[in-house]
Amino acid sequence: MTKKTIFPVSRVHEPLRVDVEIQNGQVVEATVGATLFRGFENMMIGRDPRDAALFTQRICGICSTAHAISAALALQQAFGVLPTPNGQHLINMIFAGDIIQNHIRHFYLLVIYDYVKGPNMPPYSPRPEGDYRLPQKLNEELITHTKEGMLKAMRAHEMLAIFGAKIPMQQTILVTGVTEQATADRISAYASILHELMEWVEKVHLYDVAVLADYYKDYYTIGSSKGNMISYGMFPQPITGRREYASGVMLAKGEVQALDINKISEDIKYSWYQGDTMQRPQEGTTIPDRNKADAYSWVKAPRYAGQAFEGGPLARAWLSGKYQRGTGVMDRIITRAQETLKICQLAEEWLAQLSPGGPTHTPYTSVMQGEGVGLTDAMRGGLGHWLRIKDGKIDHYQIVTPTTWTFSPRDNQGQRGPVEEALLGTPVANTEDLVEVGRVIRSFDPCFTCAVHMIDAPEIPTMII
Amino acid sequence: MLSRREFIQLCMSATVGMSLTEYLIPVMRSTFAQSKTTKAPVIWLELGSCTGNSVSLENAINPSMEQLLSEILDVRYHWLLNVAQGDDLTKALEDTVEKEAGNFWLIVEGSVMTADNGRYNEIFMRNDKMVTGMEAVMEIAAKAKYVISVGDCAAFGGPSAAFPNPGGAKGVWEVVKRQVINIPGCPAHPDWMSGTFTHLLLYGVPELDSYNRPLLFFSKTIHDLCERRQQFEDGIFADFPGGPGCLYKVGCKGPVTHADCPLRQWNHGVNWPVKAGAPCIGCASPHFPDGMMPFYNHLPDIPTSFATLNIKKISAGLVAFGIGGVGTHFAAAVLKKRIHKHYIKGTKPLETLPPETLEQAKQELNELTKQKNALLSITTKSDVKQALRHRKWWRRKLADFFYPKDKGGE
Repeated sequence: MTKKTIFPVSRVHEPLRVDVEIQNGQVVEATVGATLFRGFENMMIGRDPRDAALFTQRICGICSTAHAISAALALQQAFGVLPTPNGQHLINMIFAGDIIQNHIRHFYLLVIYDYVKGPNMPPYSPRPEGDYRLPQKLNEELITHTKEGMLKAMRAHEMLAIFGAKIPMQQTILVTGVTEQATADRISAYASILHELMEWVEKVHLYDVAVLADYYKDYYTIGSSKGNMISYGMFPQPITGRREYASGVMLAKGEVQALDINKISEDIKYSWYQGDTMQRPQEGTTIPDRNKADAYSWVKAPRYAGQAFEGGPLARAWLSGKYQRGTGVMDRIITRAQETLKICQLAEEWLAQLSPGGPTHTPYTSVMQGEGVGLTDAMRGGLGHWLRIKDGKIDHYQIVTPTTWTFSPRDNQGQRGPVEEALLGTPVANTEDLVEVGRVIRSFDPCFTCAVHMIDAPEIPTMII
Repeated sequence: MLSRREFIQLCMSATVGMSLTEYLIPVMRSTFAQSKTTKAPVIWLELGSCTGNSVSLENAINPSMEQLLSEILDVRYHWLLNVAQGDDLTKALEDTVEKEAGNFWLIVEGSVMTADNGRYNEIFMRNDKMVTGMEAVMEIAAKAKYVISVGDCAAFGGPSAAFPNPGGAKGVWEVVKRQVINIPGCPAHPDWMSGTFTHLLLYGVPELDSYNRPLLFFSKTIHDLCERRQQFEDGIFADFPGGPGCLYKVGCKGPVTHADCPLRQWNHGVNWPVKAGAPCIGCASPHFPDGMMPFYNHLPDIPTSFATLNIKKISAGLVAFGIGGVGTHFAAAVLKKRIHKHYIKGTKPLETLPPETLEQAKQELNELTKQKNALLSITTKSDVKQALRHRKWWRRKLADFFYPKDKGGE
């Protein structure tokens, strides 16, 4: 048996350490740990609630809009307001732009070089030798597509900025909509980029994914998870609040059940925080302790009814009932690409429902006391913001991010997190480079900038500018 | 090859719909063709960050990120892009530090986490020991040719260092004992990054202000360049974000933030916050975010010798007396005084660059003579005298602000 450590795992967002034990050419034990702590939730305490959307999105540069939307949803509940129909559509369209960007960038910047030989220059070299199965010609074709892919991701951000002002870190999302106007010229600019992207995803992106899936068929089984899927749903519709992607949970590929947020809890036995009791996001309080014995990650272990769950495009596809092929690496990559196209189509529908010149937000005021929960699926799974307002200031803030779900360490019962589970049984050809392990990890689209957690702090004095 | 002067003009005159990098690539190509320079070896470290600046740089257009990598930067280490992983990657880093010592650039994204001796942020392993971001940045910076901070976190601590700063986040300059070129912004605009990189490659260190920000991009305030500036002057203010009029009352931090967003705009010139009705939140400021929050509250009250003024009183006064223009000018003047005290200590106004060739010197002299003649023809002698007196008074004032006795090591 050999023990191996990969640190840092490259082509993921922020640091990740993976330790694996290999026996007879297979992974038999795995732990994944994040090695950055910033403590964003703690910073929220004492701030003006209206700032939550703009401030919390600074947690993550790749899924910033998801945090802004989640915070806005929580504030809608706390303030007792709702977005205008145009506002809701525009928020969804901004979000759609960011998801399309994320999915394209994830594939062409992070994932593809696991399967395709890149150019012979840094940062694409040095690279591990072996297991590049594509014939020369196809390899070259896909490399040209990576260049296109990077441009298309940039275009998706451009599309977003039409209503989001700038990106990364959009600036227009308010609690009741967006500040930008839905004028005819903006709508048509958005539509034109959207059509360009839709055509490209359909013709090129799906083709590239199909090529990989064809040459790497064994990756349909490698990296399979238990099939515990969770989704908070995303894209609420105006007035009705019905979500285009419905929420739900599924245990071991079983029946889809309704989501009950009171069943969400977090364990911290193996995380670098003091104590080891289970906590609910509504009341979780923790203090960092980097010297804690047995702990190996800054990520907490969120559980739903005591079980570890996986989120993201694969979970959304399974829960919608439209995908049942499997839960392996290729399933994740394929469903992500299919979702990109689906979201393009949805955005097109919302465009048609916009009323040009209609109000994109309504004025609102903050409240002195209040509570709110904002749940939405982000690119890589369920994202939740829990907040409480006291005396007009934020009194409690807790965020449970998608990556904490999928990359959770062991819980108090010693159950592995979804990625730790999925890594078991991964065949390893060369224990020096462990490309297979990297492939499994990247298929989950990890993002550790989000893996943040709160500590309790005394109320801060009034901000002095 | 462009002269440095032309290059600076190019950077500062970005027009809507055209990205800076669009101009740069042909320049770079011809420079490389004349083999005057080679790509710069780069080590890009991500510390306490959100990856937003890397994502922003990926939004660089014409050239795309891909072209940027192949024509300007030789990125040896950036864990978001490297194909190698684990020990192979760490080896690539160590090789670059060793073989390119004194030659490579260190670009840092994210703040240095100093809590618990840096252990809140570990970035690679050496001899089976975890190496903290703080340790790595101190070690690598000592051997780098330039150290460049991208984004507000790396430059000044930024959001990672927001109160109560649980991770002990600090700007890179506070940790390494050498000059750090700061490219702030949350995130930094791709043009700010590619423009600075190109300047470094072709002409060395660009002119910096006292916060070590390139004056190319950070010499003027958002307020000065703002497309809604006229509404500020006319006293037309929006009541809620998204409304028509100047966004000052709903929290715009444009008057205290140095950046050229109004000129350059974002994402290929598609939009920028104030255009979209969102107040500037001052994300390129050294005081972001704590000094800029609450985002939707206007800048603080202005104490004067008569009374404490704030924007509400000022605008009420405007309505009452109907002296819009005068009133706002007054407010702006008082405000600026306060701003100078607290926000931009030491930021120098952009000085004219010394001419590089005799031809340029001649041209400049001609232009000056023309201007002088024009001025003389429309002003009386006494006016000129008064203006001179006034200017001297201003100079003294300016000197006090811009060259304070204690610079506090910045």
